[in-house]
Amino acid sequence: MIFILLTAVFFVMRILPGDPVQMHFEKMATPAAVSAMQAQLGMDKPLWLQYVNYLAGLFRGDLGKSMQDYSPVGQQIFSAFPATLELAICSMLVAVLIGIFLGVESSKAYNKPKDHVIRVFGIISYAIPVFFLGMLLQMVFGVWLHWLPTGGRAAPGMEPTGLAIGGLHFQTGLYTVDSLLEGNLVKFVDSVKYLLLPSLALGLVLCGIFIRLTRSNMFETMRLDFVTAAKARGLKETTVTYRYALRNAFLPVLTMMGLQFALLLGGAVLTETTFSWPGLGRYLVDRINFRDYTAIQGAVVVFGIFVSLVSLAVDLLYAYLDPRIRL
Amino acid sequence: MPWVKKAKVKKSILASIIPGLASVAKRRGLAGKLVVFGAILTFLIVAMTGLSPLIVPHNPSKINVGTPLMAPNSEFPLGTDDVGRDMLSRIIAGGGVMLQVALVSVAICLVIGVPLGLFASHAGGVVDRFFSLIMDSVYAFPGIILAIAFSLVLGRGVINMAIAIAVVYVPSYFRVIRSQVLSIKESPYIEAANSIGAKTRTILRQYILPNVLPSIVVVGTVNFADAILTAAGLTFIGLGVPVNVPDWGWDLTNGRRLLPSGSWWVITFPGIMIILLALGFTLMGEGLSELLNPRLEQGGFK
Repeated sequence: MIFILLTAVFFVMRILPGDPVQMHFEKMATPAAVSAMQAQLGMDKPLWLQYVNYLAGLFRGDLGKSMQDYSPVGQQIFSAFPATLELAICSMLVAVLIGIFLGVESSKAYNKPKDHVIRVFGIISYAIPVFFLGMLLQMVFGVWLHWLPTGGRAAPGMEPTGLAIGGLHFQTGLYTVDSLLEGNLVKFVDSVKYLLLPSLALGLVLCGIFIRLTRSNMFETMRLDFVTAAKARGLKETTVTYRYALRNAFLPVLTMMGLQFALLLGGAVLTETTFSWPGLGRYLVDRINFRDYTAIQGAVVVFGIFVSLVSLAVDLLYAYLDPRIRL
Repeated sequence: MPWVKKAKVKKSILASIIPGLASVAKRRGLAGKLVVFGAILTFLIVAMTGLSPLIVPHNPSKINVGTPLMAPNSEFPLGTDDVGRDMLSRIIAGGGVMLQVALVSVAICLVIGVPLGLFASHAGGVVDRFFSLIMDSVYAFPGIILAIAFSLVLGRGVINMAIAIAVVYVPSYFRVIRSQVLSIKESPYIEAANSIGAKTRTILRQYILPNVLPSIVVVGTVNFADAILTAAGLTFIGLGVPVNVPDWGWDLTNGRRLLPSGSWWVITFPGIMIILLALGFTLMGEGLSELLNPRLEQGGFK
């Protein structure tokens, strides 16, 4: 699957007009300089050879050199990736938590005004462009209230350094985790502050599907015998809802988390641009402007691998949570 | 004279739309209300955009109509932007590009996705597997990233943007149609049609297509909203249609620069318009999917 996409991107980007070498020199290049640079990038070779070379590199884990600044794409992506991962995890958490909570509330108040309000909220959340919501949040919490920063990942000088024991240095690239490893609470609070608005924007946009799913599943689960039995034993309403019924209603939600992940990464590109979040999406958008083929391909490959890994993880988790499924 | 008959039919359809909508709303409960509300919302926005030359208070593209960055006031109810253009006029006139892009992209999806889905799933075997593999890989990939790549490659313009968006959404049509065709294919009446020697084309068009049609309508409507949001996203990234006519997506992007100055009106109103337009189609899609295909309700499309 990733292979097909990669091949398509490779050829489509090269066949259609627009040349990274021209972009690099901003149309002031001498023909000699152009051909020298083309040679350096391997662009003077025939197309099929470029393709074979690229694939060979890929299997060694080498994503090639950037056509913009000659540095290895793999490294650039590697340093941008944790930011996207952090954003993705947090916004998925926001989406699922809000979605499940509102979904449960909605199913409890089935067909009452509260239910309708929540459903309408869910439908509206589909229709909001994530960058618009992001800008509104920036406006309210950043510009008006001055509570939260509007962009970036950390205040200057507040980038966490991670765990250092003697000469060993351990760093995840996730600022929240790194600051905890460093044992610096001030930095932790700082990174959470920066993380809050982007994850809220992205999470709120995605929560609609979880509301709907939880609502319909909970409504059905709550009518099953074992729930009635639990209620009859005199367990608290909350316990029955969250510990008994939700366990069953959670499985479809998990599947949906896997399916929504691609959508989330797409949204992350826009969110990262809105909040100047230095992740993979922003890297992709930046490089696209320079027609940096290798960088774009690299980012596409990494996005593809990321999506497949997550769906694999969801399948495994599913088998673990549902005893009826065995691998 | 056959053409007279045709004209009469058309007229009666038009005349029955409005009372028809009202009766749908009454009879079908919440789903019917959603459809009607969504249809009205969409109609109002389309009408506003279409009639904009007649109803705008100022020329929406003319700069320095007012002082730059005026907050909403009695003369400019929605304020002015950074070069003193009237935001109200820009809101009234700004839907055209987005509507065109969405319309063209949905049309492309229909023209490519529907026949391809019918053909591949009916042919079965290697053909089916080949197309399914391609469609599934595109489907599983983050849509906006693909759209970004394609619109870069294709260059700017309404049609190019529509193509870039269509690439992302063709698989949705393909998959829905495929799953439906696979379930219909084995039914006795198709077998019967096969046994009397009907051509593949006839079977696809006369026997299968009518059964798939409701789902196509639902996917198309929901897709319209997605296309609008994707178009807005592309514009935001800086890959919009370069036009000298007002556009909500462009205004929204422009407003991002002005955020620190606190001019909330420049982003808020175009954003709300995009939401309303997408909401109109989402509501219609939601309602239609419940009306036409009750079983589809659970999973949703995306």
